[in-house]
Amino acid sequence: MSKTKNITIDWSSYDPGQAYDDMMDGSGRPRPAACELAAQLGALSPKELRDRQLAAEQAIVETGITFTVYSEGQNIDRAWPFDIVPRTLGRSEWETTEAGLKQRLRALNLFIDDVYHDQKIVKDGRFPREILESSKNFLPACVGATPTHRVWANICGSDLVRDKDGTIYVLEDNLRVPSGVSYMLENRSITKQVFPELFARQSIMPVDDYPAELFNMLVSLSPRPGDDPEVVVLTPGIYNSAYFEHSYLARRMGAELVEGRDLVVGDDDCVYMRAIEGLTRVDVIYSRINATFLDPEVFEKESLLGVPGLIRSWRAGKVAIANAPGTGVADDKVVYIFVPDMIRYYLDEEPILANVPTHQCANPEILPWILDHLEELVVKPANESGGYGMLVGPQSTAQERAEFRHIIQKNPRNYVAQPVITLSTVPTVIDRELEPRHVDLRPFILQGESMYVTPGGLTRVALRRGSLVVNSSQGGGSKDTWVVG
Amino acid sequence: MLSRVAERVYWMSRYLERVENAARLVAVYSELLLDLPEDARLDWSVALEILGMGDAWQRTGGTESELGFLLTSKNHNASVLASLSFARENARTTRDIVPSEAWRTINELHMYAVKNLPSMVQRPSSPVPAEIVGRCHKITGILDGTMSHGPAYRFIRLGRSLERADMSSRIVDVAAAILLAGRDEIHLHDSTIWRAVLRALSAYQMYRQYVRRRILGPDVLEFILHDADFPRSIMHCVQVLEESLHKLPRSEKALNQVSALEDRLKGIDLQAVDHQVVHQFVDELQLDFASLHGVIFKTWLNPMSAA
Repeated sequence: MSKTKNITIDWSSYDPGQAYDDMMDGSGRPRPAACELAAQLGALSPKELRDRQLAAEQAIVETGITFTVYSEGQNIDRAWPFDIVPRTLGRSEWETTEAGLKQRLRALNLFIDDVYHDQKIVKDGRFPREILESSKNFLPACVGATPTHRVWANICGSDLVRDKDGTIYVLEDNLRVPSGVSYMLENRSITKQVFPELFARQSIMPVDDYPAELFNMLVSLSPRPGDDPEVVVLTPGIYNSAYFEHSYLARRMGAELVEGRDLVVGDDDCVYMRAIEGLTRVDVIYSRINATFLDPEVFEKESLLGVPGLIRSWRAGKVAIANAPGTGVADDKVVYIFVPDMIRYYLDEEPILANVPTHQCANPEILPWILDHLEELVVKPANESGGYGMLVGPQSTAQERAEFRHIIQKNPRNYVAQPVITLSTVPTVIDRELEPRHVDLRPFILQGESMYVTPGGLTRVALRRGSLVVNSSQGGGSKDTWVVG
Repeated sequence: MLSRVAERVYWMSRYLERVENAARLVAVYSELLLDLPEDARLDWSVALEILGMGDAWQRTGGTESELGFLLTSKNHNASVLASLSFARENARTTRDIVPSEAWRTINELHMYAVKNLPSMVQRPSSPVPAEIVGRCHKITGILDGTMSHGPAYRFIRLGRSLERADMSSRIVDVAAAILLAGRDEIHLHDSTIWRAVLRALSAYQMYRQYVRRRILGPDVLEFILHDADFPRSIMHCVQVLEESLHKLPRSEKALNQVSALEDRLKGIDLQAVDHQVVHQFVDELQLDFASLHGVIFKTWLNPMSAA
């Protein structure tokens, strides 16, 4: 480690404790993928470190990178919380992970297509019928539909976590309207401003291809191939927490950003947008609205976000919607338990990536054990996201556990229990020091005609010491993610 | 370009123009009240008439002062503060389209108005209206100087010109109505009132420069209605409308409306009319403006049928 005249970062006082640290190994040496970074950081004085962090925060405010939180009856745009120290991953480990993610999404898409058609997996006794029948996200309106390429989930954000021993697990697959990819892209562009020298010295896989890959995937879904298809991004509007991302992706793809009221379904079952040139045919909708709000004729009658007749048009093959309505059936923490089996059943392969061992509260043989061990477990509702409505056992109070015991017993189908994973840590700027903080990783996987996985993804970091909750709505931050090698 | 986006920039621009005109009107009007003797019986109700808020104020039963209603009422969407909130909301929801400097300036103007308009209710002859007018000019300048003069900008110009023409016609109308009321005391102040009309339209200096005569009612009307070069004259606004419409797709119907409007304007000889005729003429103009807005709305802002 090089030394300068200033006092430099002292790695000997950096202690990730029980957790696996993504930068430093157990003996205090940097892992191979992190060597350059650790050396560079080591040469910075605490003041320089602080200055670079402030420069990054300033850039975020000036560029207007925000997310929206709903608080005290008002929507507030908050600056995106970002930590300058990147999270590093080795290239060969990443290649395995990437193969595992593709394998998983292929199996999930075969599963979704199967449950809306013949339900072979149920008939063959490999997936319990009652789970399907009790699924809130199985949409009868989608039975028999055939999206282009028979792919339902075109965009997937899978959450990966690394446990104490270094094993990477898939924690969940977000198949409805996964968000965060714009922050992954912005994080990279800020890091290039903050640590330009590091990009020159080593090979870090670029992530900037994503908008082009997304656009190509969407174009591949068009019901009118050959033409120059009209692709739009459908947003619930400016009050949505991810509006920044909707507008960002629309701009980067050169697609129109539309709201439900901009679209109308004609007598010919085609979808049109109201434009100053007149009604203009739309071929592909990248929807950032939950499926059940898409069409008030079929789903939520009160929905003002949707477009009457949209599902009719989609079923008639006049418009493509990504992700396809009905995809949410596989975004369920009970269905998640069966993904390794789906891989074996549909692909005849062994899963490359492991699931976190997960118990169904609906299983009467296991439920009493779960209720007795709440203090050691994480309990999650099957259908929520954003870290809402979950219990992290070791960090809960006796009263919270008592409440959860009650709500689980009331509706066991809606809950799953998992052991606590001690998420891996990454050095994070806290005041002027580097301290370990827990992280997860959300790569984004695309499937249309072909597949694409973002190199790395969005690393989310729990900024509070010891905390395992990384969601931005719950005080989490984010980091750039480098696949190095 | 999406119709919804066109609609938002159109309304943003209309509301900003309205704010600017209302602020100028309040400044001029508060001076006019000082210039006229008490027996002329002018009060703020006339200003409310000009802004089309008279009936709404009557319905409040006098719970708010007239000026307070005009400036800050939350119960009427035409008050200065409400108009500004709408302008801001429309700008906020089109931040991808509107230059960010313009958005910032609109946002700052809104904050300024929230803070300062309430005090103006007590003291109308304060520097606040001039500040508001100045900031509106700044916004117009930013849009003109930094925004591509493409479709979105054309809708900004349409909104601005239509609102401006409408406001100019209202001011002329009310001046005519005051004089038409025919009370002798008022007639002694004819030229004071016509001067106020010019100043409410920032037209005084240009009028002196181009008309070069003492202020006479027919000349003022001629200038405000027919002068093609003065940017707040109705004729000029109509020509800007025509220019902007020409470059939009499917504009035949709107262009027909505009040319009918132009014919009507040219068809009146203002040297030979009395106030009653002016009043009727302005009524007809206002209907023309409303139907032009209707055509713009149906053609671009809310199209219901395929091209």
